[in-house]
Amino acid sequence: MDVLIDLANAIVLLLNFVLVPGLAYGSQLALGALGITLVFGILRFANFAHGDTMAFGTMITILMTWWLQSKGVSFGPLPTALLALPVGILVTVLMLVFTDRMVYRHYRHKKAVPVILMIASMGVMFMMNGIIRFVIGPNDQRFSDGERFIMRARDFKDWTGLSEGLTIKTSQGLTIVIAIALVAALFWFLQKTRTGKAMRAYSDNEDLALLSGVNPERVVLITWILAGTLATIAGTLYGLDKSFKPFTYLSMLLPMFAAAIVGGVGNPIGAIVGGYIIAFSEVTITYAYKKVFIYLLPSGIEPDGLLQLLSTDYKFAVSFIILVLVLLVKPTGILKGKVI
Amino acid sequence: MSSNQKTTLWFGLVAMLLITIGFTQSWSVSLGIMNLCLISAIMALGVNIQWGYAGLINVGVMGFSALGGMTAVLVSQQPVAEAWQAGWGKLLLAALFFAATVTLSVLCYRKIVAGKQRNIMMTAIIIIGLSLTRYFLDPATTAIESVDPASTGYLGGMNLPIITSWIIGGFVAAGVAWLVGKVALGLRADYLAIATLGISEIILAVMKNEDWLTRGVKNVTGLPRPVPYEIDLQSSDWFIQLIQWWHSGFLNSLNTLDKQVALKQFVIEGSSILVKLCYAGLFTTVLIIILILSVKALNSPWGRMMRAIRDNEIAAGAMGKDVTARHLQVFVLGSAVIGIAGAMLITLDGQFTPTSFRPIRYTFLIWVMVIVGGSGNNMGTVLGSFLIWIAWIEAEPVGVWLMQISTSGMADSNMLKLHLVENAQHMRLFFMGFVLLLVMRFSPGGILPEVIRKR
Repeated sequence: MDVLIDLANAIVLLLNFVLVPGLAYGSQLALGALGITLVFGILRFANFAHGDTMAFGTMITILMTWWLQSKGVSFGPLPTALLALPVGILVTVLMLVFTDRMVYRHYRHKKAVPVILMIASMGVMFMMNGIIRFVIGPNDQRFSDGERFIMRARDFKDWTGLSEGLTIKTSQGLTIVIAIALVAALFWFLQKTRTGKAMRAYSDNEDLALLSGVNPERVVLITWILAGTLATIAGTLYGLDKSFKPFTYLSMLLPMFAAAIVGGVGNPIGAIVGGYIIAFSEVTITYAYKKVFIYLLPSGIEPDGLLQLLSTDYKFAVSFIILVLVLLVKPTGILKGKVI
Repeated sequence: MSSNQKTTLWFGLVAMLLITIGFTQSWSVSLGIMNLCLISAIMALGVNIQWGYAGLINVGVMGFSALGGMTAVLVSQQPVAEAWQAGWGKLLLAALFFAATVTLSVLCYRKIVAGKQRNIMMTAIIIIGLSLTRYFLDPATTAIESVDPASTGYLGGMNLPIITSWIIGGFVAAGVAWLVGKVALGLRADYLAIATLGISEIILAVMKNEDWLTRGVKNVTGLPRPVPYEIDLQSSDWFIQLIQWWHSGFLNSLNTLDKQVALKQFVIEGSSILVKLCYAGLFTTVLIIILILSVKALNSPWGRMMRAIRDNEIAAGAMGKDVTARHLQVFVLGSAVIGIAGAMLITLDGQFTPTSFRPIRYTFLIWVMVIVGGSGNNMGTVLGSFLIWIAWIEAEPVGVWLMQISTSGMADSNMLKLHLVENAQHMRLFFMGFVLLLVMRFSPGGILPEVIRKR
């Protein structure tokens, strides 16, 4: 019986420190990577400004949330930020469409090589970064409210009688639920609607799609709308889960690129798979397994080290190592993406 | 207007800007800006060699300059004998096992036919090899890091003059670039960009966490200088006499007491200016050497071949040029130049702080310099570095000043005004992006575009 309890404790420990955070972080990465992959598939360049698009959307949402909070509006147990999201999405999409008109369209019409568009996106990244820091400052901002936990460690312990607790934050639960709903809606859109099919056709073969009467400007417009929506939601969820700091969003760019490429760039399913792969490798490789093994091994044999594969500071490095490995071994990604 | 006249005109403008800063702010500030302009120019030349000559996109500038900076530490610091004694044996074993793991896995990859068998063998070699490496490395690093952690806690350096690190730093960056290039250069342009960006982050992560090598986030401060210290100058007679002679007209008009006070002030200012001038002299020498070599290389048959490869890889390959080898060569060369600049930067700073390396400042800003100045044109790149760095530094006071003027109608306690003035400095990021996009749109070759000589 003791063995079973130890086993249960070890499982709860892994659930609490690996599965739940991994799922939440993976969902946030997947939503971000979907935006990158869509832009890559349709506009055919790596968008360096995507991290800052996320930060921009989150910033608008935060400002709106603060305004709502000052008016005394709340969303019951859920964070008020969810009520502010539509405004954030709208402003971000408008901003992206404006950027496309002012910057990217010119190069698209000139049929510039993708690298030029990519360097232009660096310029956009600088500008957005400046705006964000100018408006909200470079510091940490907290904007979460409502019920903080779905399940508290103590309640879980009382309920099960185990010595390890399981904590599920509201933000984590929300992230997973919203990500699933959003991905389902996106796939329905891409697979079933006329516009979605046009987008996929355009992504597969531009010339053939144009011959079939697909309006390229409309496809591009829809792409930016989707990218902006996904980025704002992903950014807001990440901000609710951790906290909002402009610099963090810039460094999220690389794990998102990694997720998009590992899964196969231009392939939406790949972006989701990639997001979870990156998130779970980051969490599992930097988690210290000492406690788990203390539960699993018979008493007396205790591991002396932390049993950590890599120190926590290497968290981000893990995703790049995976990225580089995938690029070397299978540049098209795990699920076949495209190499444009 | 010929391109030479245009170049002269633009550099004249840069000189005017620096002189204006000298008169309005102070000469010390102006020289400080110029020194960083010189270093940025060398970094940008490195990027220009890769992007302008060969069309290789390297977004890992930060990583290579940090490697150069790390070399400055490893070259100039005193070796910590105790730490070496504590850990050298196990460190050597760990290095041997790591080398064996890499060699074996490369051999395995090359010699065995692709398939399940190879995958299993590779995995086994890597897991066993890395475990053995960790088995020796972990106790070694713990031992080294526990040697007087407050002041050392790392292996120290080679106790050579720091100026030699400029050359060695170039070689270190070149060595890492060779490895990176071997691995990543086969990738398409945008994948290469993302891969180099990732690799530079990995390099920085290693530097932040491997305390036994670099002291990590505990930083290494007080690096020796290749130029005199201000304090020494202030107490040496020849320098005081020099300053007295320089300002003699003004000083003679004062009475004795005022004269002493004024002289003291002049000596302090003068010492800081002289130190910066010494650095400027060293940096200018390096910049001119690299610039001459770059121009020579670009105009040589080698440079023509590089541009041919850049403009049409397939055609160049069909003409018998070894595209892969040339790409690797130019990637290594460019990274070496960036490494040299990194070592110079840390020499100027006098301290190595891995956390100060941020991609916006050390990668993307350098790219803005190259694109705005003129990729493929060495003089243009240097010009871009000067202009962009001056703008980057001066945007802060100018932005705050502009914001203060435009909000002067508001009360001083107005929240909006306080916020605007406080955050005005961040608008320089916006400004940089704006300039980049403007130049890309309306003058795609940059301010001084590439000169194509027709024969």
